Amino acid sequence: MAERVLMKGNEAIAEAAIRAGCRHYFGYPITPQTEIAAYMAKKMPKIGGIFLQAESEIASINMVYGAAAAGMRVMTSSSSPGISLKTEGLSYIAGSDVPALVINVQRGGPGLGGIQPSQSDYFQATKGGGHGDYRMIVLAPASVQEMASLTIKGFNLADKYRMTSMILADGTIGQMMEPITFEDAEVETYEKPWALTGTKGERKHNIVNSLYLKPEELEAKNFERYERYRAIEENEPMWEEYMMEDAEICVAAFGIASRVAKNAIVAARAEGIKVGLIRPITLWPFPSKAFLSAADRVKGFVSVELNMGQMIEDVRLATQCKRPVSLCNRTGGMIPSPDQVLESIRNAQKGVF
Amino acid sequence: MKTTQILFAGFGGQGVLFAGKFLAYKGLVQDKQVSWLPSYGPEMRGGTANCSVIISDTPVGSPIITNPDMLVAMNLPSLQKFVGSVVPGGHIFVDSTLITAKVDRTDVQVHYIPATQMAKDAGFSTLANMILAGKVLKETDGIRFEGNKETLERFIPAKKANLIDINCKALQAGYDY
Amino acid sequence: MAVVFEKPKSLTDAPLHYCPGCPHGIIHRLVAEAIDELGIEGTTIGVAPVGCAVMAYDYFACDMIEAPHGRAPAVATGIKRSRPENIIFTYQGDGDLASIGMAETVHSAARNENITVIFVNNAIYGMTGGQMAPTSLPGQVTQTSPYGRDVKHCGWPIRVCEMLATLEGPEYITRVAVNNVKNVRNAKKAIKKAFQNQMEGKGFSLVEVVSACPTNWGMTPQKALEWVESDMLPYYPIGVYKDRTAAKEAAK
Repeated sequence: MAERVLMKGNEAIAEAAIRAGCRHYFGYPITPQTEIAAYMAKKMPKIGGIFLQAESEIASINMVYGAAAAGMRVMTSSSSPGISLKTEGLSYIAGSDVPALVINVQRGGPGLGGIQPSQSDYFQATKGGGHGDYRMIVLAPASVQEMASLTIKGFNLADKYRMTSMILADGTIGQMMEPITFEDAEVETYEKPWALTGTKGERKHNIVNSLYLKPEELEAKNFERYERYRAIEENEPMWEEYMMEDAEICVAAFGIASRVAKNAIVAARAEGIKVGLIRPITLWPFPSKAFLSAADRVKGFVSVELNMGQMIEDVRLATQCKRPVSLCNRTGGMIPSPDQVLESIRNAQKGVF
Repeated sequence: MKTTQILFAGFGGQGVLFAGKFLAYKGLVQDKQVSWLPSYGPEMRGGTANCSVIISDTPVGSPIITNPDMLVAMNLPSLQKFVGSVVPGGHIFVDSTLITAKVDRTDVQVHYIPATQMAKDAGFSTLANMILAGKVLKETDGIRFEGNKETLERFIPAKKANLIDINCKALQAGYDY
Repeated sequence: MAVVFEKPKSLTDAPLHYCPGCPHGIIHRLVAEAIDELGIEGTTIGVAPVGCAVMAYDYFACDMIEAPHGRAPAVATGIKRSRPENIIFTYQGDGDLASIGMAETVHSAARNENITVIFVNNAIYGMTGGQMAPTSLPGQVTQTSPYGRDVKHCGWPIRVCEMLATLEGPEYITRVAVNNVKNVRNAKKAIKKAFQNQMEGKGFSLVEVVSACPTNWGMTPQKALEWVESDMLPYYPIGVYKDRTAAKEAAK
């Protein structure tokens, strides 16, 4: 077994990306994710890779677009305000069906917001952000180990489905250190016959493009893309269930919020409250089936989030409003305490949602 | 061991993040579950800095510490900010060279250590943080003090390996105080 | 029968959508001829802009990508850094390159990114129907400067070559025109050199081609070419603004 090492979440992402075969990184500095760029700047030149600090987030995502179109495993990373700038490129990447990995180590917003941890880009990540009909695979790590494993998974899924995978982390997971082991990365490789390589005079030219002036063609393209999305919704949802076997209350939380929730669940169990957790690991595709199935067994749900209540809408949709869902939240860079979550669990137990 | 939550706080530049990292590594090499979470951002430059270290036999839930078992305060603002949050029966370690104020709680164990003066006298004036870390280790059940050199070797870069010995001395001085 | 004239191999058979009298066709042809003559069709990857030339991906026979508005140099950077053995060019208009994409232009030049940039300056936004461009002349009437460009209100047109030539980074910055046969011939030479520079690893080469937009200028094609000579070229003089290699040779 590989050695346990202590690593920051941001560094774990960078190291995992390299192990996944990523040799092209384009970024722009922003707190609290800059360790990713720093790690890449140090490592890439030594392994024949490319690290380039772009003039802006907009330029960096377009460099990603170019490298992805050229057939490379490529990534960029940023934090909330920077991701807003990248959304134009994300829309083009979606419309052109090229694969890329984008990291969002979230901070508080809107606007320049703050630099403390947040989950307030849930809507932006799962419902679009950029213009047009498109989706991104959104992965939400809750530990430094998952920062690494989901980075590798993210690259694999991006290549498999020719689309963007986003790691939706937050400042806490990015900045914290935890033990991590790097097992051999399960790197999947896919043929990329669509890539820009030069025709070498051997084939018709490849075109990477998102412009379709005939609406029939654009509609057909979108239909085709949504067929792929349906397959993803069927095959790729990931989630963790914690103490759900006999649970009467179900907490819904992802990322750092799920860590706080687990502390509260242990405390509530000590008081005799039967409570468990469903932690979505993929935010899109959302693990709807897990929640719908839980809705038949529990009295209600508590959605714990570092925002004004965003995932709660998907919990309600997934459970078809069969059971009440309450919100336990802090925002703007604040994090709910285990006591606050415990109080919400107690209220749910009493039927107060 | 029971889960130990340590909050190491002071000014930026006093090495509170480094000392916290060392404690996390002590847990790591002794096969514990650990987490280390720094405060971050512009306030780190010359302002207050702190880090949260959790060492446990069981998986760490939230890495955020609301009520520490142990508080290390290397400046007065940090002591004032966190003194009330320490759990009853917990420990507070005060660098008494830099903080003349006394802790007015009776339900915690307070250790006044003139760490900055001790470090200066011993010729490693930048290592008050590690003197305090040595004292923390003494009061932490379930973590062996031995093996500091090997622990430091895990994360001090090779080109700074010459600093390992004095770090060990500082730890010992704190442990013996 | 001897062939005296034929379409360059680097152009596809797709009919161009450009307006009658538009010089884009000439400029496409010059780029394609340069690629043919250098024998690089199989390794070239082109980046189309947003603007009139957005569908250039259908016209050039090499691999092509369509970039977001103004981002062609960043997209080209991503491709070049991925496939340094390939030849990468962008084909951009004035709104794309000198307005929304100015940052990408300046910084790719500053990095001496080893790419070739073809910059078509016709002093107007053509595709959207004739709005004021960053290169529209003082007093020029457009849809969004209906009383003539008032420099007190919306500033002065930008001379891209002069500005980029102040940078340490780029290898070759030149301005040409396509308003008469002589200028077209010189434009061809400059474009070919800009590709050759890349093949030789010399770095960022930009050819500004002063062009015309008869449709949106509201002129006949002939009148438009005359206006290039009488109004455009005095503000945007033809010439080589930077040639690092030539300067080094001269210094010897």
